Amino acid sequence: MRYSRTEMMVVAASRLLEDGRTVLTGTGMPVLASLLARETRAPRLSIIFEAGSISPLRPPALPLSVGDSMTAYRAVMAASMDYVMSLAQAGYADYAFLGAAQIDPYGNLNTTVIGPYEHPSVRLPGSGGANDFGSLSWRTIVLMRQDRSRFVERLDFLTTPGYLTGRGARERAGLPRGTGPWRVVTQLGIYGFGEDGRMELLRVYPGVTLEEVRNSSSFGIRAGEVEEEPEPTAKELRTLRRLDPHGIVIGRG
Amino acid sequence: MEVLEEGKGKLLGWCDPWEHREWVRRNKTREMVEKVVTLKEAVSRFVRDGCLMAFGGFGHVRVSMAFIYEVIRQGKRGLKVAGKTAVHDLDCLIAAGCVEEVEVAYSFGHELRGLSPASRRAVEGGRVKVVAELSNAAYQWRFKAAAAGLPFMPAYVMLGTDTLRRSSAKVVRDPFTGRPICLLPACFPDVAVIHVHECDVYGNCRIEGALVEDSELARAAKRLVITTERIVPTERIRREPWRTVIPYLYVDAVVEVPYGSHPCNMPGLYYFDEEHLAEYLSLTRTEEGTKEYFEEYVYGVEDFGEYLKRVGGRRKLRRLEELEKGRGTFSYPWRGG
Repeated sequence: MRYSRTEMMVVAASRLLEDGRTVLTGTGMPVLASLLARETRAPRLSIIFEAGSISPLRPPALPLSVGDSMTAYRAVMAASMDYVMSLAQAGYADYAFLGAAQIDPYGNLNTTVIGPYEHPSVRLPGSGGANDFGSLSWRTIVLMRQDRSRFVERLDFLTTPGYLTGRGARERAGLPRGTGPWRVVTQLGIYGFGEDGRMELLRVYPGVTLEEVRNSSSFGIRAGEVEEEPEPTAKELRTLRRLDPHGIVIGRG
Repeated sequence: MEVLEEGKGKLLGWCDPWEHREWVRRNKTREMVEKVVTLKEAVSRFVRDGCLMAFGGFGHVRVSMAFIYEVIRQGKRGLKVAGKTAVHDLDCLIAAGCVEEVEVAYSFGHELRGLSPASRRAVEGGRVKVVAELSNAAYQWRFKAAAAGLPFMPAYVMLGTDTLRRSSAKVVRDPFTGRPICLLPACFPDVAVIHVHECDVYGNCRIEGALVEDSELARAAKRLVITTERIVPTERIRREPWRTVIPYLYVDAVVEVPYGSHPCNMPGLYYFDEEHLAEYLSLTRTEEGTKEYFEEYVYGVEDFGEYLKRVGGRRKLRRLEELEKGRGTFSYPWRGG
C-alpha cells in the first residue's frame, strides 16, 4: 500500500509504545499514534489527557481539544488536571507525547515564541502542558517535522526541558531523576539520545538518505549504525485511516 | 529556605493569604441565599475594567461564552486574563479589544484548528502584553495554593527553563530533600466564571466530564459567577451530595443560560459548532472581518437567546446534540483554510 510520510511518522511513533503502560497525550498526531498503538500492538495501553480523562476507548471522532468529550469516551475516570499532573509527578506516567516548533540537540523544546521574546515574529501558544509532561514523565517522545528552521543549535525560547545542557543537568536543576526525552520522531526518521544527552539518529524510513536527514537540520546529526524502520503494514495503514477518516491529521502532510 | 532562582514575570493575582482570609470573612456571605441574576447584572456587578479574570473549562470546552459575549457587549476594557488554557474565551475578548494583559500557560491558539489570527495580531503588534509565562500544571497549582489558603505550592515543573525565568515562580532549596524545587505563588483572580451542567439557586454545582481545574479555580477566585445549562431543585442536589463539585459557599451569582457554551463543547450535551468556529477564524483574519463578526453576533443582538437564533437556532442546536452522541456527520470546515 502507498503511504505518506506523515502516515509513516504516526505509525513509527505508535510502535514505540509498550503494551500495558500509560501515555500522556495531546491532540493531532499524538492522539492518533496512541489510538493506533491501542488498536494494533498495545491493546492494554492507557491513554491519559491532561484535562482529566483517564483510559478512554476509541472515540466516535478524533478529539479536537485535549478537553473535549471525545477524550473521555468510555473512560474509566473523568478526573481533573490536578489529578493527572499529580499522577505524573508521582511516577505513574510512562510516556508523554510532545510536539514543538523548535528543538535543539539536547531535546529542549520551544513552543512559546519565534524571534525575540519582547517582539516575537510569531507568538506561539506557550507551554500548555508540555513543560509538565516533559518534566514529569519517564520517557518523552517528541513528534515533529524536521527542517533547518526547526532543528536548531539554539532555541529562541526554552519552553520545555530536554537534557538542558547535557546529561545530569536535569537532576541538577531539580527535575526528577531518570526522566527526559527518549525518542524524537520526524518525517525522516527516529532519534535517541547519547550518553552526553545529545540527539543521535537511530533509524530512517525506507527511501530516506542520511544526506537528506543532515540537510534538514541546522545542527550536525550524529549517526552510528542507522537501521531502516520497516514500512507501515497494510493493517497499520487501514487502522490509521479508519481512525482519521477525514484526514484531519494525516491528510495535512 | 535558600532562594536559588527567581522568575521575572509579573506576579498576577497575588494576595497575602492572611489578608485573603480576612477579606473572605468581611465580603463572602456564608449563608445559603438565592443568587440568581441576569447575565447583564452579573457582568455589570462583578467585572470591573482592569480586573483579573479567569474562565473555567478548557479553552473550547465548557467555557461560558454567553458571559464573554456580555462582557464584550458592555465594553469592558483593560482586563487581565489568566491564560490557563484560554482559547476561544480569551481570543474573543482580545479580538473585541477588552484585554490588556495575559499570563500565559496556553493561549492564542485553537489547538488542532491552528493559531488565533486576532490574538496573534494583538500580541505581535504590542496591543496585548504577555506579562508572565508558566505551564498548565503550574497555573492550576497556583489556584490550588489559593484554594487551600496557602502562599504557594511546590512542584517539579518549569525547572531549568525559560518558562520559569519568565514566570512569577521561585526556585528554592527544599529543606527536606536538599534539592531545588519550584514554588508556585498562590493566584486569587478577582473574578472567575464557570459554566456548569446544573446547579440550584444557591450555586451548588454539578459538572459532567473532565473537571479540568474548576474545583481549584472556584475556590481561588474572590468572586465566582456560575452560568448553568439549567437550575435544578436543591432536593436533587441533596439526594446525591457526592456529585457536587462546587458548593454554594464560593458562589456569588448564578445565571441560567441554556447552550451557554456555544460554539464550544458542553460534555454530554452538545458538541463544537465547527461551522461557526470556522466562520469566526476566517473573519478574524482581518480587523474589518473582526468588526463584522462582533456586529453580527454580539453588538447586533439583544441577548444570548437572539444570538442562538442567529447561529442557526433549534435546528443547529439539535444537530450539535446529535454529534455529541456520536451521531451525524462530523465536519471540519476550517481545514486547509
